[in-house]
Amino acid sequence: MIEVRLFATLREGRGKIVKLDFKTNFNGIQLLEDLKIPQEQVSIFLINGHHQSFEKLLSDEDIVSIFPPVGGG
Amino acid sequence: METTSYNGKLLRINLTNSQITSESLNLDLAKKFIGARGLGTKILMDEINPTIDPLSDDNKLIIMTGALTGAAVPTGGRYVVVTKSPLTGMIACSNSGGEWGAKLKYAGFDGIIFEGKAQSPVYLSICDEKVELKPAEALWGKTSSETEEILKAEYEKSSVLNIGPGGENKSLMAAIMNDADRAAGRSGVGAVMGSKNLKAIVVQASRNNIPVTDSEAMRKEMLIAMKKIKEDGVTGTGLPTYGTAVLVNIINETGSFPTDNWQGSYDENAEIISGETLAEKYLKGTYHCHRCPIGCGRVVEREGKNIGGPEYETLWAYGGNCGVHDIPTINEANFWCNELGIDSISVPCTIASAMELYQKGYISEEECDGVPLTFGSKEAVVEWTKRIGLSQGKLGALMAKGSQRLCDAYGHPEFSMSVKKQELPAYDARGIQGIGLNYATSNRGGCHVRGYMISPEILAHPELLDRTKTEDKATWTKIFQDLTAVIDSMGMCLFTSFALGADDYANFLNAGTGTTHTVDSLLEAGERIYNLERIFNKKAGMKAEDDSLPKRLTEDSIVDGPSQGQKNHLNIMLPEYYAARGWVNAFPTEETLIRLGLEENDRS
Repeated sequence: MIEVRLFATLREGRGKIVKLDFKTNFNGIQLLEDLKIPQEQVSIFLINGHHQSFEKLLSDEDIVSIFPPVGGG
Repeated sequence: METTSYNGKLLRINLTNSQITSESLNLDLAKKFIGARGLGTKILMDEINPTIDPLSDDNKLIIMTGALTGAAVPTGGRYVVVTKSPLTGMIACSNSGGEWGAKLKYAGFDGIIFEGKAQSPVYLSICDEKVELKPAEALWGKTSSETEEILKAEYEKSSVLNIGPGGENKSLMAAIMNDADRAAGRSGVGAVMGSKNLKAIVVQASRNNIPVTDSEAMRKEMLIAMKKIKEDGVTGTGLPTYGTAVLVNIINETGSFPTDNWQGSYDENAEIISGETLAEKYLKGTYHCHRCPIGCGRVVEREGKNIGGPEYETLWAYGGNCGVHDIPTINEANFWCNELGIDSISVPCTIASAMELYQKGYISEEECDGVPLTFGSKEAVVEWTKRIGLSQGKLGALMAKGSQRLCDAYGHPEFSMSVKKQELPAYDARGIQGIGLNYATSNRGGCHVRGYMISPEILAHPELLDRTKTEDKATWTKIFQDLTAVIDSMGMCLFTSFALGADDYANFLNAGTGTTHTVDSLLEAGERIYNLERIFNKKAGMKAEDDSLPKRLTEDSIVDGPSQGQKNHLNIMLPEYYAARGWVNAFPTEETLIRLGLEENDRS
């Protein structure tokens, strides 16, 4: 199982947390496709709290956190 | 005379003898140090001995607008307060938005230098060129909003800057407030104003614009900048929709959200106090400062009235750091910070350190006087905020001096999460290396907005750096600090830098003031300001070891969350940073000072 946490505007129509069954050879590009999130809407893509590229292969039990462009200070 | 966006005029108010004088601004000096932060620091350096007691008559309170404050530039309405800080004993430079800064510029002045001390409370009224000191006994003791309401009833269409009881009581964490909820919040600048018996400054202005050197170039750059700000995801959508509060979830997801006075770094309940929850359940509107197209200010409701809502820092400081997962309580505590005129970062962080002292048995239940300092207590955060603002009771008065003095008094300085005695903001520097370097080297003590390394290390802006690595952090931190010094000196909001680059700022400044800055010369001007602040600190008694982090960040690993096991490696980054700056043992070399044209300032 992969837990996908969505934030800010990415929650609209998708909810806060989406759980996906783990598949082998599954990466961020496919995950975003499954969730119908255009890559250009993603500014911060974390796997287990660390920034990763969309190409990185996901492991079972991974937590993915996805944010649109947001900031502050 | 050359047309520029400077008025070319400063007000000097001697509070001891009530003398008011208007003097010419040295335009060459203004251009060299840009304005606001840079120019204010230069004037302070020239006029006070940095070793003086910050709360004595000898300190000066300089309130300065930026080169482009009041001009037709996005967010061009800010002012800064420069003085010697009673909290850090070093340079204080706090800036604020709202309308007040632009109003002062429209009234005809670039800044005000306050010196001496009034015998009894006074306020200053500025109605264009007519400037008067007036008795303020009737205002003394009033909260910030009460003071503003009384003065606005007398002065139509005015803007009011004031201190609350926090400044009157000389809390070392006292802020200067303006336009309801805007604050020059950090480093205890409100205590300096209180020490001078100065309650408020009310400004009326007939003008609503200022001339610039090249209005056509300014108009062109304005269109370019507005387009960039609207199209950028952060300034065009993220900040308007969620404010800075959106950071709660982001920083927490990276395991860099300090909890319980930095004992933990991941908050299982962050969602409850997040920007998303704030927007969904509590948001009543947004607030835009002068000429701001972003509108990051939050408006929430309290007892049927709209009030200013909390920033990210405040949500974290009360929410994560004191363990209170309840937005209405945080709104209430934030309300009292604003009413009493105290810093909504340092105050809750001091409460958090007191909570750790209480948790570990160093502060007794009896000393808590009916309100135990228990992590997570809603009652405690509101009540102790009030006690700090009013310097109430023995412990309240001690806590009003900030976390370092509190923890020193109990023999546990290590529980003060501060740099140079100023409380750290909301990002755990163990999992984010560069922000730790910025904290350690910030001239005004613990601060995120001297060089916001969160931008590249977390927000991937303008590009992503590995937050866990130390490589390249020295040069990035230096550039961020130098560019920030420029933006602060221009009178624009730092948030524009999510969308604008150094070339945009150079174009704005050149159009406004007739300078011929390139990106390189602009960054060098920022470097000059950063070095000038550092010389002030050196003369004020700063030591090399003051460029440090609390031991908890360099010796104790994070115990929970995604950044578990990490520490800050300041010892690796600091020598690289000094090399990049041309400093040895924390201070500029003679060669660096000559390169920046500052050699005269280093002499005693």
